[in-house]
Amino acid sequence: MSGFRLETGGRIDRSQSVQFHFDGKTYQGFAGDSLASALLANGVMLFGRSFKYHRPRGLVAAGSEEPNALISVNRGPGRFTPNLRATGVEIHDGLKAFSQNRWPSLAMDFGAINDRLGMFFPAGFYNKTFMWPRSFWDRVYEPAIRKMAGLGDAPTAEDPDVYASTYAHCDLLIIGAGPAGIDAALGAMDTNKRIVLIDEQNELGGGALADPTLWPWLERSVKALTDAANVTILTRTTAFGYYHDNFIGAVQRLTDHRPEITDTPREKLWRIRAGEVVLAQGAIERPLVFDGNDKPGVMLSSAAKVYANRYGVAVGKAPALMASHDSGWHDVFALAKVGVGISAIIDVRESVDSALVHEADRLGIPVYLNHAVVGVNGRHGVSSIDICDYSHQRVHRVEADALLMAGGWTPSVHLWSHSKGSLKWRDDLGAYVPDVPNENVHCVGGCSGDWDFGTGAVIDMLPTPKDQSRIKAFVDFQNDVTAKDIKLAVREGFRSIEHIKRYTTNGMATDQGKTSNLNGLQIASSALNKPVPDIGLTSFRPPYTPQTFGALAGHAKGALFQPTRTTNIDSWAQAHGAVFELVAQWRRARYFPKSGEDMHAAVNRECVAVRSSVGIFDASTLGKIEVVGPDAAEFLNRMYTNPWKALEPGRCRYGLLLKEDGFITDDGVSARLAPDRFHLTTTTGGAARVLNMMEDYLQTEWPDLDVWLTSTTEQYAVIALQGPNARKVLEPLVEGIDLSAEAFPHMAIREGTICGVETRLFRVSFTGELGFEINVPTAYGRAVWEQLMAQGAQYDITPYGTEAMHVLRAEKGFIIVGQDTDGTVTPFDAGLDWAVGKKKPDFVGKRSMARPDIVAPGRKQLVGLLTDDPNLVLEEGAQIVADPNQPIPMTMIGHVTSSYWSETLGRSIAMALVAGGHDMMGGTLYIPMPGKTHSAKVSGVVFYDSEGARLHV
Amino acid sequence: MILIHCPYCDEKRPEIEFANAGQAHIARPLDPSGQSDADWEAYLFIRANPRGRHHERWRHTHGCGRFFNAVRDTVTDKFETTYKAGEPRR
Repeated sequence: MSGFRLETGGRIDRSQSVQFHFDGKTYQGFAGDSLASALLANGVMLFGRSFKYHRPRGLVAAGSEEPNALISVNRGPGRFTPNLRATGVEIHDGLKAFSQNRWPSLAMDFGAINDRLGMFFPAGFYNKTFMWPRSFWDRVYEPAIRKMAGLGDAPTAEDPDVYASTYAHCDLLIIGAGPAGIDAALGAMDTNKRIVLIDEQNELGGGALADPTLWPWLERSVKALTDAANVTILTRTTAFGYYHDNFIGAVQRLTDHRPEITDTPREKLWRIRAGEVVLAQGAIERPLVFDGNDKPGVMLSSAAKVYANRYGVAVGKAPALMASHDSGWHDVFALAKVGVGISAIIDVRESVDSALVHEADRLGIPVYLNHAVVGVNGRHGVSSIDICDYSHQRVHRVEADALLMAGGWTPSVHLWSHSKGSLKWRDDLGAYVPDVPNENVHCVGGCSGDWDFGTGAVIDMLPTPKDQSRIKAFVDFQNDVTAKDIKLAVREGFRSIEHIKRYTTNGMATDQGKTSNLNGLQIASSALNKPVPDIGLTSFRPPYTPQTFGALAGHAKGALFQPTRTTNIDSWAQAHGAVFELVAQWRRARYFPKSGEDMHAAVNRECVAVRSSVGIFDASTLGKIEVVGPDAAEFLNRMYTNPWKALEPGRCRYGLLLKEDGFITDDGVSARLAPDRFHLTTTTGGAARVLNMMEDYLQTEWPDLDVWLTSTTEQYAVIALQGPNARKVLEPLVEGIDLSAEAFPHMAIREGTICGVETRLFRVSFTGELGFEINVPTAYGRAVWEQLMAQGAQYDITPYGTEAMHVLRAEKGFIIVGQDTDGTVTPFDAGLDWAVGKKKPDFVGKRSMARPDIVAPGRKQLVGLLTDDPNLVLEEGAQIVADPNQPIPMTMIGHVTSSYWSETLGRSIAMALVAGGHDMMGGTLYIPMPGKTHSAKVSGVVFYDSEGARLHV
Repeated sequence: MILIHCPYCDEKRPEIEFANAGQAHIARPLDPSGQSDADWEAYLFIRANPRGRHHERWRHTHGCGRFFNAVRDTVTDKFETTYKAGEPRR
């Protein structure tokens, strides 16, 4: 083929020359050209190398169904996009495009050796060949295959572009703005419906863009739609997926067609909810299957018409047509009309509409009926074709520099199928068309099988006198699948089209079988000797064409990937050098290193400060639920394991929450403020889950209880003030509360003011020291914190983070739900049977505590571990064995749940879940760790102040 | 993305506002302690997995917060109806 620019015609702007680059070479095109049309106009015929055989490939199509001409575009650092269809890339000044899957260059590609070896690469080749030795697959075979087979290179740099996303709602969504889609929009325009019309191309028109007689109509229609206030037009927008309840995903390309790089969004994801959908996606012309049909210069006849009429580019000086359908005849008549000399019309049918033959005669085009192309000559293009006369079984040669294929039409039912609409087979079209919808949707125009292209014969592949085993007649160009591969799959026993697809890869990947599905089906149908409808059809899956990850991610990346929750005191911690960690979605201060300190040193200092003087801790992330109503106590009594009805106002209680299966799910200290009002706390990560669970029981099991639950987690900042000097720091700042030990004992709550701010003051401790948790309205958190810091300066008040908090609580044997429990731990397993109300007739989880598995011996139970080497800190998660000398694999009887260095005790401490652990006190267990197996003595979990003397001061 | 009708809000809203809460019409026994091990096991663990009509609970988590019941077809993923908690099985 030698394409060239026609003197006139097309919708390109010949006054605007555009300079662009392909594989480093500079070319000229015009504004309005696609990369495909501009290269074709420059005589470029070779666009890429095929996936498996590295065969030279050129353009097959002019639209998004193009399977061959996949290219990469480089818009600068981090802006590399592989696998774009050259037919959909609009050229602009400075565009840098590259071919793919070739080395060292497109014209001279080493991988093309695969083509010579083609007989060794049948369907299932990889699965059959690279089986032995097994270990070679990961290290040798797969890397080598991946290097040889493939599409473009995945970009490696971070994408600097910005992507937008939006939701849209409309009464009528029309997908596809060809004549059928435009008619649908015009028809609905005068109603008060909100209409969205989208099309993947840069201008409306679809097939009409290749038909100059329709351009006046097109111009009028586009103006009318543009002027209509209720019509939103989205061009360069691909509807890639059709989801439940008329929810359509579409990506609009905003900037790639412009030469300048800006910081405006590159693409925009539209999530459209439509009352009604009209699909007007048109139909895709079907290639014909014959030896050499993948040679550059062999393309769809409809594409040649698009290049001529829309872009003013002839695909060759003397193209020939191979048709099984009338539409190809009309296409070459259109080419003849703009001055392209047609060398021959070959049709596989014995007879066609006589009007077609007369028109060909009038134009002086030789016609060969009952003939088929059996060979294509030329290396990187077409020089001539061999055709066979079926009545005489004679082969002769026809000169041509391009070969156009007209194999009939395949309705684009991709989105219809995404929506789970059913399909029916039409013998006359040799195609599946939409049947029963599953959503409020209907199809119009080509995608419903409604077209005026004439008729055609439905065939699987062109007959040939050649040895079928020695020819390469391609079905799926993109995945390099030949008719032979499909027949082989059938011979090897594959019967379902789903299996044939996966074995041969026909219709897979980015192409989704746009040009190959129906030919593949026809060939399988012949090989299986079953009609096409009996073999079924493989599923079409989103996306219709490949979309960028950037568009799908939108703003949800980096800091916006998920929200980070911060407390009112977070800014103070940040300013004072805290090292943070994420707990659920909360950012929490982990420790506050002083200059030169590592985590270990900082945590040791923070722990010692709490034990010896006073520490201050931001506990605002604790979950909080306000429980209010006449039945509040009754409700909590049914939810928690322990009794709540007798709790006096002003007192607190440790609450243990089980799921109905008897396993611990949450815990926390809660306070009774009044007979009908409780202030609950939950774990930081459990707040939403606990509220959901409580709402569930309240709404659906006990709707008779008069109780209201309100999340107050974010209403209070909570400051824990812990240590023997805590009361002294607090006293000068608090009004209206007697802080003396007698008036305000451990596990009590008082309301008053601190620094003039209303407070709910808890006297509670998660450290084992005299402690208070100061709840103030969130906005006052940092202000009160700073006052406490100032007041505490004389006691060297020390801010501490979650790491020290963990050590301090572990020294006291306080569990952390989710660390020392894992959803299979009962109160008895955790040594918390004291928190279970034995006399209560019922609470959530009570019945399950009597389940056979839960009362059976040998359950994993929480114990303390003291390593024989006091300086050794075990790894959390390390497995525990009873006998270190048993053969591998050893029987593991438990694992370490918490393990720390305790500066206070001058040694390491750990907690562990061990099978039957409660009966092993004083015994020795073994913990194999990398390099060495360690021994430890089983102990209780309370390592410090077991009588609690430090709390009650 | 499915639209779900919340019987309390009386509006169809996108499914991301809702959370599934398992099979519907499984009442907690009034006297759990009186349940045999087998009965309690059935209540805790045994659930239907029908092909077709399925009664299930949903919560309008990011809306009114109410739990309600729904009949959904597990083959087509279409909601047949939704109704308030406490109303008879449909």
